[in-house]
Amino acid sequence: MNMLKPERIGLDDFADQPVNICGKAFVAHKFGALYWPAERALIVSDLHLEKGSAFAARGQMLPPYDTRETLRKLATLIDRYQPETVISLGDSLHDSDGAARMDAADIESLHILQEDRDWIWITGNHDPKIDRTLAGYVVQEIIVGGLAFRHEPLPGAATHEIAGHFHPAARLVFHGTSLRRPCFVGNRLRLVMPAFGAYTGGLNILDGVFEPLFGMDGLDVWMLGHEGLYPVAPRLLRDD
Amino acid sequence: MPRKATEKPPQKLRPKARPAKSKPRSAALVAPSEKKKSRPPRTSSATVQLPPEIAAWFARRGWTPRPHQLALLEAARERRSTLLIAPTGAGKTLAGFLPSLISIHNGNRKKTGAGLYTLYVSPLKALAADVERNLTHPIEEMGLKVRTETRTGDTSLARRQRQRVKPPHILLTTPEQVALLLSHPDAPYLFADLDTIIFDELHALAASKRGDLLALDLARLRKLAPNVMTIGLSATVARPSELRGYLVAQTEPETTTHLADIVTVKGGAKPIIRILEAENEIPWTGHTARYAMREVYDAIRAHKLSLVFVNTRMQAEYAFQELWRINDDSLPIGLHHGSLDGAQRKKVEAAMAEGRLRAIVATSTLDLGIDWGDVDLVIHLGAPKGASRLLQRIGRANHRLDEPSEAILVPGNRFEVLECRAAQQAAEAGDQDAQLSRSGALDVLAQHVLGMACEAPFDPAALFDEVRSALPYAGLTRSQFDRTVDFVSTGGYALRSYERFAKLRPTDNGKLRVANPAIAQQYRLNIGTIVDAPHLKVRLIAHRGAKRMPSMGGRVLGEVEEYFAEQLTPGDTFVFAGQVLRFEGIRDTEVFVTRAATEDPMVPSYDGGKFPLSTHLARRVRDMLSDPSVWSGLPNPVANWLELQTEFSVIPAQDEVLVETFPRGNRHFLVAYPFEGRLAHQTLGMLLTRRLDRIGAHPVGFVANDYALAVWGHGDISGLIADGKLSLAELFDEDMLGDDLDAWLAESALMKRTFRLAAVIAGLIERRHPGKVKSGRQVTISTDLIYDVLRRHDPDHLLLEAAWTDAATGLLDIRRLGTFLARIKNRIRHQVLDHVSPLAVPVLLEIGVELVYGQDRDAILRAAADELIREATGDAAQ
Repeated sequence: MNMLKPERIGLDDFADQPVNICGKAFVAHKFGALYWPAERALIVSDLHLEKGSAFAARGQMLPPYDTRETLRKLATLIDRYQPETVISLGDSLHDSDGAARMDAADIESLHILQEDRDWIWITGNHDPKIDRTLAGYVVQEIIVGGLAFRHEPLPGAATHEIAGHFHPAARLVFHGTSLRRPCFVGNRLRLVMPAFGAYTGGLNILDGVFEPLFGMDGLDVWMLGHEGLYPVAPRLLRDD
Repeated sequence: MPRKATEKPPQKLRPKARPAKSKPRSAALVAPSEKKKSRPPRTSSATVQLPPEIAAWFARRGWTPRPHQLALLEAARERRSTLLIAPTGAGKTLAGFLPSLISIHNGNRKKTGAGLYTLYVSPLKALAADVERNLTHPIEEMGLKVRTETRTGDTSLARRQRQRVKPPHILLTTPEQVALLLSHPDAPYLFADLDTIIFDELHALAASKRGDLLALDLARLRKLAPNVMTIGLSATVARPSELRGYLVAQTEPETTTHLADIVTVKGGAKPIIRILEAENEIPWTGHTARYAMREVYDAIRAHKLSLVFVNTRMQAEYAFQELWRINDDSLPIGLHHGSLDGAQRKKVEAAMAEGRLRAIVATSTLDLGIDWGDVDLVIHLGAPKGASRLLQRIGRANHRLDEPSEAILVPGNRFEVLECRAAQQAAEAGDQDAQLSRSGALDVLAQHVLGMACEAPFDPAALFDEVRSALPYAGLTRSQFDRTVDFVSTGGYALRSYERFAKLRPTDNGKLRVANPAIAQQYRLNIGTIVDAPHLKVRLIAHRGAKRMPSMGGRVLGEVEEYFAEQLTPGDTFVFAGQVLRFEGIRDTEVFVTRAATEDPMVPSYDGGKFPLSTHLARRVRDMLSDPSVWSGLPNPVANWLELQTEFSVIPAQDEVLVETFPRGNRHFLVAYPFEGRLAHQTLGMLLTRRLDRIGAHPVGFVANDYALAVWGHGDISGLIADGKLSLAELFDEDMLGDDLDAWLAESALMKRTFRLAAVIAGLIERRHPGKVKSGRQVTISTDLIYDVLRRHDPDHLLLEAAWTDAATGLLDIRRLGTFLARIKNRIRHQVLDHVSPLAVPVLLEIGVELVYGQDRDAILRAAADELIREATGDAAQ
């Protein structure tokens, strides 16, 4: 039998992992967020707030707690890193009516998180407009220290970019077990972030849309686990 | 049909009375009158009741109605609902229909609705079709003016629509179709004339979610047709009273259980069951019975038509391969299991009915009702796991009441010898496994409530009373009911944010109606309680290892569970549809395979239909084990094995549980023998591993089978016990079903699977419809995510309650584990050993064959990450 718990590893050793993009040092966290120590900026993508109520409006009564859960995770990260800036890379709301459906208590929690820090909403295809009740600066994209932060990655082999939109996920087949998890995927010149929202699914990174962005060589993949974030060799990954 | 039914092996004695040219099913409906044997005297009124056409029909064939058929006529005349318990071959089905045939034929009834007179409900659509076919023959021969039709998912849309307006006299259908019919506004008109409802194979239906739904529908039918009478047809069961209560309205649910009448036909000849003793020595482990294939093949050769039953699809595939490998006479041997393509299954069934096959390897798909041919031998490969299942399967042989069925049990390993012996004794004693009494599932109730709203606005108080008249829901509280209605309307969340999206709206007179017609449409698409695990089609393609898969593939061989396909890597070989296949890849909803060159597949298991050992058989096995005086009756290798166990360790007493601890290799093992079935053992293993981890025993993994479980780790478990750092009494304390269970459930994949089923049945998640599927993973919301969120933010939610109830008796078998832990309190027999004991060998051999648990999912990720680090630092394993 394979022994699967290397003893030298403590539980928290994997909670976040260093990630390098165009020579800049970031830390990627197991919740699917990115922290940039030099800028004291926390970056998340595809929150899809109020996805549950969007389904409910169409008759499928999913539990209404997804916004609450997403904000709870965000609060944990803000506690941990104490960022000066939070950047949300688009599709922060599941649809343009999302803000109107948000529970007052959730809006209140959001406002508390926004106190004493810059909050930047980058717009995405699901949320071309962000309602003013959600405060923060609303922009299409921003460039900080030579790196572009936008919702949808530029087509082709662009560099100097951190984006979201595709909800990357990876399927690992190892020791006879198959495991599918959201992941960060990058090539040191650009990075696509996993979706952060509680109800967001994922698109396999072996899907055709990723290849033009990165080529297939030199891919770095970090899969999100419960206890940690794990760098995984692409050769262990499989199609769905 | 050209059948050589008269060519019998000489040693078999059959009554000559049977007309050689009778239709096969008629023989099953009404057995020939036995001229040689004396029969119970007929009741004098009997012949009087029969209209001349029917009496003449009986007379023409030289038959007389059987006493139970007359008893049912008598009961029907008094409008008394009745449960008929009879073994296969007793003419059960005709007994159920006779009252209706006579009554419809006499025609003295007033039509106030659509004219549907009798509803026949069967668990299988194939059975409904089969019964219809075989009902039309007698009807035609009797010259009765009775129209019968079937209605299943396969019936054309036009016909189904017509049936709602202009139904036949007798409609043969399935529980799902009944629910569907009841959800239409015209249901009161359709069912206004309903006189009789016949439930076939009620024992297979009642104690399940389908049974719950059907019970609720029956309650509604009683409302629409207050004088309706029910007839239940059932095989022998341990506790008939639950089926009797199921058939009638529970008008005083708090205080009194009302029961239907019962008519019991005692089984004819006792089955002849023997346990195969092969020339090769019986193996320590495994279920394939490969060692005995030669003898199995010889038995097939000596009989006309054998049914070879196995417990899983994988075993079916395997046995099929093995039999063909030694099939020197090229006997026509077929294969039948639930994953095969429907067209392929139909072909095999047809061949069997036409007598073109000599043997058929099958799983539980052939357990029920349908009479495919003249089976004269049932072979069971591996232990049957339950006494009732064995009797049901044996009943497939020889559909004539007065001849003994013949069966051979082939144990797969040494423990299974004990189990087969136990099953044999139980079957000979006619003992059945008692099914757990169940209370109706809340997810099913949710589905029903919405269905009722689709039919017409309902008054909650009235619907509550109606629902409680169904036996499974007799114990339902008003608050549970109200929460369910609330769930249907708005999801029933503690956070009341969906009121404005409510699906149910109040009317002016205090009733609830559906908010819009689209809801009813949606409901009808998602009806039913059968939720299949996601399946992928298996398509055989021509070329191998091609980088790009062809857009159009070849033949579809059948379907496999998605999770099975997901763990395959291109190049893996497995057996499916009777051939060795090479996995090439998955695209959309299809698995692409090619024919493999190898004859020896890697045979990874996919466990369609693995049943755990029944409580009743487990007790018999424990009894047998603890009583050395019966060992001499066991095959030598098995008796020797048990003798050795007394020498090296101990045999536990009947009321004890044995726990052995010993070192092996560089690991320390703990092996326990609860005999409570695989599912309960898996749960126990998960919980023990957690506890051992906390105590510092560093467990690494565990494996479980039906009899025992083994946990291993780095910590010296014997030493920890000797030092007083670990107490077995505390380790096995019932309190493990508290926090430990709760913590584990948060992560348990089995629990998530259970939740998904409840979510689909309750209508929270839509079914995946074929064709609509596409690779929609990023579009649909995974129920795992919903489960996580709900557990954290609304732990008392109705759906979690429903899923928990299911898990307790289903995949996690917590109820059984709880009973076990209570039973063994202060009865743990601990043996410290230097090495593995004889009794422990089978379960240890399963390491590496069976799935090993205890590796949490993060551990897999961590190991994969480690692999990357090794690769990066240049000391990769390969």
